Amino acid sequence: MNPENYIILSGLLFTIGALGVLIRRNAIVVFMSVELMLNAANLAFVSFARINGDLDGQVVAFFVMIVAAAEVVVGLAIIVTIFRTRRSASIDEPNLLKY
Amino acid sequence: MIGTGAVVAQTAPTLEPLNAATGIFGYIWLLIALPLAGAIILLTTGRLLQRWGHLLAVALVSAAAILGIAMLIEMMGRAAEDRAFEQTLFTWVFAGQFNVDAAFQLDQLSMVFVLLITIVGSIIHIYSIGYMAHDPDRRRFFGFLNLFIAAMLLLVLADNYLLLYVGWEGVGLASYLLIGFWQYKSSAAAAAKKAFVINRVGDVGLSLAIMLMFVTFGSVTFDTVFANAGEASDSTLTWIGLLLLLAAAGKSAQFPLQAWLLDAMEGPTPVSALIHAATMVTAGVYLIVRSNAIYDRTVFAATAVVVIGVITMIIGAVIGSAKDDIKKALAGSTMSQIGYMVLAAGLGPVGYVFAIFHLLTHGVFKANLFLSAGSVMHGMNNGVNMRRFGALRAAMVVTFAAFTAGYLAIMGIPPFSGFYSKDKIIHAAFEQNNIVGIAAVLAAGITGFYMTRIMVMTFLGKARWEDDAHPHESPPVMTIPLIILGIGSAFLGMALVYWGDIESWLAPVTGIEDRPLAIATWLLELITLGVVLMGVAAAVWVYRHNVPIEPPQKVSALTVAARQNLYDDATNDLVAVRPTWYTARFLVWFDNRAVDGFVNGSAAAIGGLSGRLRRLQTGFTRTYALVMVVGVVVVLATLALVMLP
Repeated sequence: MNPENYIILSGLLFTIGALGVLIRRNAIVVFMSVELMLNAANLAFVSFARINGDLDGQVVAFFVMIVAAAEVVVGLAIIVTIFRTRRSASIDEPNLLKY
Repeated sequence: MIGTGAVVAQTAPTLEPLNAATGIFGYIWLLIALPLAGAIILLTTGRLLQRWGHLLAVALVSAAAILGIAMLIEMMGRAAEDRAFEQTLFTWVFAGQFNVDAAFQLDQLSMVFVLLITIVGSIIHIYSIGYMAHDPDRRRFFGFLNLFIAAMLLLVLADNYLLLYVGWEGVGLASYLLIGFWQYKSSAAAAAKKAFVINRVGDVGLSLAIMLMFVTFGSVTFDTVFANAGEASDSTLTWIGLLLLLAAAGKSAQFPLQAWLLDAMEGPTPVSALIHAATMVTAGVYLIVRSNAIYDRTVFAATAVVVIGVITMIIGAVIGSAKDDIKKALAGSTMSQIGYMVLAAGLGPVGYVFAIFHLLTHGVFKANLFLSAGSVMHGMNNGVNMRRFGALRAAMVVTFAAFTAGYLAIMGIPPFSGFYSKDKIIHAAFEQNNIVGIAAVLAAGITGFYMTRIMVMTFLGKARWEDDAHPHESPPVMTIPLIILGIGSAFLGMALVYWGDIESWLAPVTGIEDRPLAIATWLLELITLGVVLMGVAAAVWVYRHNVPIEPPQKVSALTVAARQNLYDDATNDLVAVRPTWYTARFLVWFDNRAVDGFVNGSAAAIGGLSGRLRRLQTGFTRTYALVMVVGVVVVLATLALVMLP
């Protein structure tokens, strides 16, 4: 199978993730969209490793997974805390940090 | 020097190398240190010395006087060219080519000043014990007096212009402190400030002259400046001469800087006698005579000195003739007499000696007159209005006798001391220029008028006392100084001419010159005496009836002007105060409108702009995310455009 198709898939997934972040209001869904973007990037890394025939991309993909895992921990904790105080998971509502 | 004449006898000042100070002259520094120590002790120890601090001050000044007399005796025992001494204490300023030593020079000229300052100073210190007996701040008063004596001695003993300047400023400070001694009176505080500010104008002249000397001669010591004065250009010497004249005019209350002296009478009377009559105000005369090597070489500056002296001599006498305040009348007289000295100093070698001679006799008889006035005030509830005096001769016999001695001396009635000194100045004036001579004779006539006026209004006529006035003679601590000064007023002139031989004493420092006159000396003296007696007669005629208690309003324009000090305050107001005031007002307006407008305007513009810009911070997470995505897209697109061919 042509590896370039994976690159295209990666681009599609990333775009869907980005749009999800921009459009959706539910913090959980936004979070999932962020994860989608991370995994799209991982897919691109792995595909490039395959195309170039070395392991660099795969190594970076592992790092991204670790960062994503850490991010999930922190992000979910924040979302849960916000939900507890405001009884809502909308990311438009906590807008106190402004002019 | 004005005009020319056949020179009969002339001696140029000899610029002998100064002798190293040995023997008793090794203690020149002590002359200054004694009163300075007194000032420091009295002003720093607080109430500790409240009870006997004034005695310490008197003792220290008297010790300086005794030391001065001992030096005089030692100096008189030496040959004329061997009488100048120099003592270097330490290097004071050491900066590149500018080197100044803290060094003293004691020569014949300094010597007579030292004696005048310390002896008259001691007498006035003693008098002040009685005069200030009831003042709670007597200790502070004596501290300031000692400070003045120290500064004045530094002024006349310095061997360079920079150290002289320190003394010059020191006496100015002491004068300021003492005029404003009763600072709770707003008039005294204002008078002190006025004296200080006007003196600053003169001081600028002195500092500029010193700078010009350093640039021209590379040194500010008297020796170097005078020895090289001949090599400087005429214009430089003229400028130095004019700047020194400005300094002298400020300190000696000469036209056009004379306005402060009359107000300075707000200070206690001993201060008026010591500082504003006998010593400090004559510092300008000292400066001019000391700088004779410069004035001898610049006709223009010397002529300016004469003109200033003549103007002040006349206006001082005119103002003194119209004042009802006894101290202000005497202050006008002081201005006039210093005008005589400045005039004489401007005449060149024919006049230097007589300027100093008159300065010495004036120092004694004017101190006498002021202290007598203080004694009168002491007995009259501190009143100064002569219209409420009258007939005090019986109540204050000693004061009256002392005042009479001073009265005869200042008018130049032979054989009182003013006769010897003032007639010499008139003689010297005629040697140079007839107009100056006639002005000097005229001023002598006005002197006769105003002094007789003071005499008649204060001591003669009928009593016009205020109801609660009980005139009485002052205590002995005040009358004994008056007696000493009265004797000095009577005999000092004679003593200095026949016994002291003041002319040949000062000649090595100042030079001397004698020219024949068209008329005989005795005839000139007779004419002068006649004019003085006419002035006396005029005053007796004007005040033959009882003096009205309220000053008459229907008087001549000259009297009105003289009561206003010949409009010197109005002139200063017009020339200096109002332009400064308006400039300040304009600058305040400019600062408020233009400078503040620019600063505030730009601040408001930035503030408004940021008020708009901060609206970008919406607080919506998704907005930020969108901006980020757009940013990334833009960066990537730019990179793609640049990197990809």
